[in-house]
Amino acid sequence: MAQIFAYIPHKDGVADDIAYEIQAAAGKLDSNAQVTAIVTGSGDTLDKVAGHLTSLFKEVIKIGHDDLAYPNAEVVRKALCNVLPSDAIILAPHNTFGMDLVPGLSIKFDSACASDVIDFEGTEGATLKIVRQVLGGIISTHNDLDISNGAVIAIRPGAFAPVEDGSEGGTIVDKSGDAGDISTKRRFLEIVEAEVGDVDITKSDVLVSIGRGIEEEENIGVAQELAEAMGAVVSCSRPIVDAKWLEKSRQVGTSGQTVKPKVYLALGISGSFQHMGGIKGDPFIIAINKNANAPIFQVADVGIIGDILEFMPELTEKIKDL
Amino acid sequence: MEILVCIKRVPDTAENEFELNSAGNDIDRDDLVYSVNEWDNYAVEEAIQIVGEHGGSVTVVSVGDDESEEVLRREMAMGADNGILLSDDAFEDSDSRGIASILKAEVEKGNYDLILTGAQADDGAAEVGGMLAAMLDLPYASLVNQIDIDGDKHIKVGREIEGGNKEMNEIELPCVLSIQTGINEPRYVGIRGIRKVAQIEIPVKGASDLGIDAGSVGKDGAKMKRIDYFVPDLGEGAEMLEGSTDEIIEKLIEKLKSKGGLA
Repeated sequence: MAQIFAYIPHKDGVADDIAYEIQAAAGKLDSNAQVTAIVTGSGDTLDKVAGHLTSLFKEVIKIGHDDLAYPNAEVVRKALCNVLPSDAIILAPHNTFGMDLVPGLSIKFDSACASDVIDFEGTEGATLKIVRQVLGGIISTHNDLDISNGAVIAIRPGAFAPVEDGSEGGTIVDKSGDAGDISTKRRFLEIVEAEVGDVDITKSDVLVSIGRGIEEEENIGVAQELAEAMGAVVSCSRPIVDAKWLEKSRQVGTSGQTVKPKVYLALGISGSFQHMGGIKGDPFIIAINKNANAPIFQVADVGIIGDILEFMPELTEKIKDL
Repeated sequence: MEILVCIKRVPDTAENEFELNSAGNDIDRDDLVYSVNEWDNYAVEEAIQIVGEHGGSVTVVSVGDDESEEVLRREMAMGADNGILLSDDAFEDSDSRGIASILKAEVEKGNYDLILTGAQADDGAAEVGGMLAAMLDLPYASLVNQIDIDGDKHIKVGREIEGGNKEMNEIELPCVLSIQTGINEPRYVGIRGIRKVAQIEIPVKGASDLGIDAGSVGKDGAKMKRIDYFVPDLGEGAEMLEGSTDEIIEKLIEKLKSKGGLA
């Protein structure tokens, strides 16, 4: 098998936790593989993260350039194309950066591409068996990936149990000189921080969280009454914010807030990995959903198959009567 | 501004319960409700709004079978000016790369300033937009939830990144953008609107019309091949509460009490 490279994102000189998961994923892909980490950036923060990663990887390639100070995927892609062999197996996270980088990189390398991969099930010759999900996580699929000319693979955050921090004592290889022309037609301007809402859902111990199952904007009041009776706060999944029924600050998920409640009541929420990615601290999860196949039932502690619009008012009444 | 929006007909996850077929090699597609991919619908709305403000035209294109015509017509009822269906037996079982290369052939026949896709579709891969851009050597931005047109050379786009933050970029035209849900509020399409566009001809193009080598797409051209579908191992899964509504609520309240869910 070709050499495996792990693209490691970082911020403020600290490697993203996904580094430990990517290392685990590489081990699952090929237990004999020597995995090389690759980091891009600039200045002291790049040196710091590269130094840190030598405990986890035998070799760490760093590419430094002022234009790489912010991880603009278009710039990173050009740098990787100039530095890595085109038949490499490259692992990256399936997050908002990975989605920007991975598909285009596979085209430039003329290699295979697989995104949101949740497991590897071995190789036969040049065929890598991968597992991924479709239809919002309701159904999984086995796929054959032809890696004879390399592959770019985005792994789902949270899918591979992270490895422990190691003591590899790896070496840093500076490939900044090989980055070549990294000019692009897309320029990073700034980050606009999320607006602060009227309620801070990250501070609440109990969340009554609603999803598509709420059906109509008018029904949100029913959830609010339940939350009030419970002494909880209303949060939601992405479709509710897309519909502009609740503020963005109430959205739980990787593209919204990360919450750490004690109890999470998921009402009419299917439980996509992006949503679950925003729930930390192992809360007690209660899921109510009409669809018995909803992925939320795989991760919930308690499940009820039913219509939340019927359950919510009755539950509110019973709690008020306590 | 000439805008092309790539759309896909998909099984509607909100309207269906999915089960495997008896052979286990596909989902049971009998009686499934299909609709336009949700992300694509936001992309079409965005295109219509841009053209409404700055002039130009919106073309919707789909790679699919005859039935994909209905989603093209639906988006034309929303306000897209033209529809194109790319359909050929040779396109079946294409992977993302195959779909992107079919779209590329059509893009090159036009003169588009802006090419939009949905950020992802039913496969959850989020690949076609980025692949198409790389094949065309055009700049790309994914997960776009804001577009500001401030000239005909370049535009400003916001990308949705982690934590609800937005990454602002300046990007040169022409470019490819994948659109995230929530960027706008897609307009409602009624039966009457669909009737109005029922007679508009939608050209159908196959591999030879597009100058595509049939062996480079479809199953033969795919580097990723789906082997089977399966229902994930539920592991321990949730403890399911059953009984009458009253019984379930009683059990639920006990759980809430013991876990500190009631203040």
